[in-house]
Formats: sequence, structure tokens, C-alpha cells
Amino acid sequence: MKYIPVMVQRLASSRRSVYLIFISAAAIILGIPVPPPAISATERYIRVEASMYRFSPEQIFVSPGERVTIELVATDVKHGLYLDDYGLSLEAEPGQPARETFVATRPGVYRLRCSVPCGNLHPFMLGKLQIGPNLALLRGSLLGAMAIIIALFPRSAPQMSRQKHFPNGTD
Amino acid sequence: MAPIELTRFSQIYSLLHSRWPQFILRALILAGFMFTILSGLWGSQVGSHNFATIFVWIAWWSALKLFFIPIGGRTWCSICPLPLLGEWLQNRGILRSRDAQCLHGKSWPRAWRNAWIPVVSFLLVGWFGVIILTSPRTTAFVLLGLFVLATLLGLIYERRAFCRYICPVGGFSGLYTRLAPPAIRVSNTTLCTIHIEKTCYNVCPWGQYPLALKTSGNCGLCMECLRACPYQNISLSLRPWGIELSSPPKMRVDEVFLALVMLTTAGVDAAIFLGPWGALKSATYTVGSPGWWIFATAFLLLVLGIVPAFYALTTWIAQRIRKGGLSPKSSFTYYGPILLPLGLMAWIAFTLAFASTKLSYLLPVLSDPLGWGWNLLGLTNHISTGQTPLLSSALQTLILAGGAMIATKTARELSRSLYESIPCSYSLLHLPG
Ligand code: SF4
Ligand SMILES: [Cu+2]
Repeated sequence: MKYIPVMVQRLASSRRSVYLIFISAAAIILGIPVPPPAISATERYIRVEASMYRFSPEQIFVSPGERVTIELVATDVKHGLYLDDYGLSLEAEPGQPARETFVATRPGVYRLRCSVPCGNLHPFMLGKLQIGPNLALLRGSLLGAMAIIIALFPRSAPQMSRQKHFPNGTD
Repeated sequence: MAPIELTRFSQIYSLLHSRWPQFILRALILAGFMFTILSGLWGSQVGSHNFATIFVWIAWWSALKLFFIPIGGRTWCSICPLPLLGEWLQNRGILRSRDAQCLHGKSWPRAWRNAWIPVVSFLLVGWFGVIILTSPRTTAFVLLGLFVLATLLGLIYERRAFCRYICPVGGFSGLYTRLAPPAIRVSNTTLCTIHIEKTCYNVCPWGQYPLALKTSGNCGLCMECLRACPYQNISLSLRPWGIELSSPPKMRVDEVFLALVMLTTAGVDAAIFLGPWGALKSATYTVGSPGWWIFATAFLLLVLGIVPAFYALTTWIAQRIRKGGLSPKSSFTYYGPILLPLGLMAWIAFTLAFASTKLSYLLPVLSDPLGWGWNLLGLTNHISTGQTPLLSSALQTLILAGGAMIATKTARELSRSLYESIPCSYSLLHLPG
């Protein structure tokens, strides 16, 4: 049992363990579950206009739990709307809007993509749907801040105490 | 961690020493390159259905950003088709190296021995990138133009003038290669000092002298030196990733500018291609329109004004805090290495996001490379809309955080060694005080 403090010290001093700590902290920041947000069971109707190469509105914000009906209106050529993760998929010709309803059960930031080749910039025709707060951004910023703090932490001092414990280098 | 010497293994040594493996790879890639140009010119002009746009901007680009540069350094340069014809003409033969019989071109003008031309070509990429990326014909013309230019310069100037001073990809690789593991070095330095012929320097298409190599930035890993050295004194090793950052060679103003331009372009491209802003997309696409002019001016201001000014101010304040006594210009270059991990990681993250959803275009385009309705592999109609897998987003976040961490560590170490590097100016500064 007397080895534990030694091990802890070695852990804190070795380079590899710094990365280990970094990776586990990163996993925690990226993966920690947050309590599910308050569910609001309201209806929402959103009209999305699609034209070469944009959705309007470009960014849609809804609250978790809302029943969202999206109506896709194509204003120039045929466009599609595909909502990442929810699998919602619409296609609309000019003059023939399409609509579909989904319940925003999973909070997060999702992309809307045009799913009908509509021109040269079609692969980049994107929109954004945000359900609840943007946790991904928060987690990312936290991770970045943590990375910077770890990098600022000097690592030369513990190296000397390591020598004390293993005078002959018999690790 | 000590470097691993790859050439210690005799199989690897002979693989690198023989011209054939490299030649076969080069020939295959050259053929693919020619096909890309042809399909760009005569295939369907819908970007997502043409081999040229998809293979150059999705497959090759991702391979370059995710594999070649971060892991292999300039390995791409050793098989790149652009300078091939020029080099073959220069050497008067295909399986030959530079020797007495080769064409003796002019040496590259001193005034242009820097990174300013790549800086400008990167600005052009920023301005016209969206067009180049989505139009097969423009892609083909750009490739063809670069190929012709490289060949002409190969005939006029000596060695790889195009690669070192003009190629935008070369400018790119030249910077980030400093972090990559592969390194050509000399095994026994005393042997080199007594070998007065310096065969390795004479054959090097990049004008490098292996004994003096401090950075891998300008080494194209072509292995000519390894083949030429009569004493088998050249080795290829793998160094720990990013080791050059711990004792970074000095960077020049133009190199720091290139690094800044590339870092900024990563951000701007992410906003254009991955953001939801339709107005920005149409502005970048309609070259010559008022919207495009606004974009072009804003881009120029950001890239050449705001970002460098911010960086210059930050670095100057950083050395002031440590009482480093550097002039604004020297602090600008002194902290340059910070930009390398930052920029590379930003590009990796961008490429991951960009490519992960677009990979589904690759197979259909192989099945119908010219967009003429062929169905060679039966996969033509397999384009899916694609979505960002959660894993890829998490990975991007990790990579960006990693970049921030390495950059911060580099900054800290640079700040700490301020005193050692400039003892005189430091004491001078404190005399009046
Ligand atoms: S130093 Fe050797 S490997 Fe590097 S470019 Fe020159 S000849 Fe090629
Ligand atoms: Cu569309």
C-alpha cells in the first residue's frame, strides 16, 4: 500500500500520464450526460424556403419536446431537405410544397441538407436546426480551455522528485 | 523517444534505393492526373458527378490533409505529377538523376526566394476557391496551368524552382512538414566533411545539402541523395511527431505570413462550406458580382490586416510580459512556430468535417467518372445526402483542442527560452531602466 503515493507522483510526473489525464478529462467533458431539459409540448410550424443554395431561415431554433412541422417551399428549382439524425426527408418542386412533422426529442445542433442535386453548390447547401442550448459548442470550448490550461502547467519540477524515489533508475 | 531509423532495415533501404517502386507510383499517378484533366474538360460539368472535382477536392485533398502532410510530411511531393515532366526534361531522361549532362538552368532570382508567391496563390485560392472546387472545367484548367508552368520553369530554372517557390501545395506542405515524422539525415557527419564531391547536394532536386538539414520543410523525400551517396551515409528516420517544435528553426516574415494566411483560410473555408450562411455561399460563387467584391475585400482585410495585426500585437505583448526586449518584427517571427500546430489541426478538423459527409460521392463517380450516365461498377446512383457522424464531430473537437494544447506548450517554451536566445538585447533594454 505504501507504493500508492509513489505511483500517484509518478503518474503526475510522466509525460504519458498527462496525455492520459487529458484524454479521460476530454471523454468526461464530451460524454457527460446533462439532465434532460424541460419538455414543452407545443406545436410549431416552420416554413422553410429553399433556393439555390440556401435555406431561409438559415438557422432554426426550437425547444426540446416541441412538435415541429416543417413545410419546404422550393422557390427556383427542385430542392430537398434532409435533417441529420432525425432522418426527416422532404422534396419539393416549385409550386408543390411538402411538409412533415417530427417531435424534437433529442436536443442538439443538426444540419439541414439539400437532398436533391440542384446545381454546382448543391453539396454545400446547408442549414442549421438547433434544439435547446448548443451543448456541443459549450463542451468544445471547455475542452479547448482545459487543453490550454494543461499545456500551461509546468512539468519539469516533479521530474526531480522522481529521482529521489528511484536513485538507481530501477523503475 | 529516439527516432526510428527506417533505412536500417535493408529491405526498406533497397526499396528506397531502387528507382522502380517510385517510378511505378509516379507513372500511375501521372496517368490518373491526365485522366483527371480530360474528364474535367470533357465530362459532365456538374461538379458532384465528375471524377475531376470529386477526386481532386475530396479524395486527394483529404488524403493530403489527413495522411500525407501530418504523417508523411512531403511524401506527396515525391510522387507529385506536376513537376514530373519538367524534371524528366531537366535530367534528360526518366530514370536518371541530376548529373553533368543535365540541363543547366538559371538559378531562381534571389528576390523571389521566399514564400510570398505561395501567399498570393493562397489568396487566389481564397477568392476563387468555391468556383475551382465546384467546376470540373476550372479544376482541369488549374491543374493543366500548374502542370505547364511547372514544366516551363523546369526548363528555364535549375532544380525544382516551381515546387520550392510557387506551388501552393508546396507552400502548405513546406510549413506543416516540419511537424511530420519522416526526416532525411546523415548518419556519419565526419564522413560528409571529408567527401568533397558532395554528390548528394549535386543530385538534390530541391537544392538541399543533407548534412545541413535542420528542418524537413524543404526536403521532398525524393531519395535522390540516398541513391547518390557512395558511402550509404544517408538515412531516413521517423522522428516523434512535432519534435521540431522543441527547438524550432527560425521562421522568416514571409513564412509566418503564409502560416497566418493558411490558418485564416481554414476558418473562412469552414464558414463558407460548412456554415449555414447562404449569402456568403452565393457571394463567393458569383465571381465579379457586388457580393463577391465585398467578400473579396473582407477576405483580404482579414487575411492581410486583422489577423496579422492581432497576432503581432499578441506576440509583442507576450514577450513584453517576459521582458524579452524583442522588436515587433522579431516577436512576429519568433513566435511563428505556434502557428504550425494550430494551422495544421484547423485544416485537419475542417477536412474531416468536409470529407466525412462527402465521401459518399467517391464510389458513384468511380462508376461513372465523366458523368455520362455510365454504370461501370453498378454504383452510379448511390449518392447519399450524408450526415455528420457524431464520432467525426467529437474527433474534430479533440483535434482542435489538441492543436490548442500543442500551440500553447510551444508558446510557453518559446517564452521561457527568450532569455537564452537574446542575451544582449535583453541586458541592453535594462540598462536605461
Ligand atoms: S535532401 Fe535528399 S531526399 Fe531531400 S530533397 Fe534532397 S535529395 Fe531529396
Ligand atoms: Cu438544393
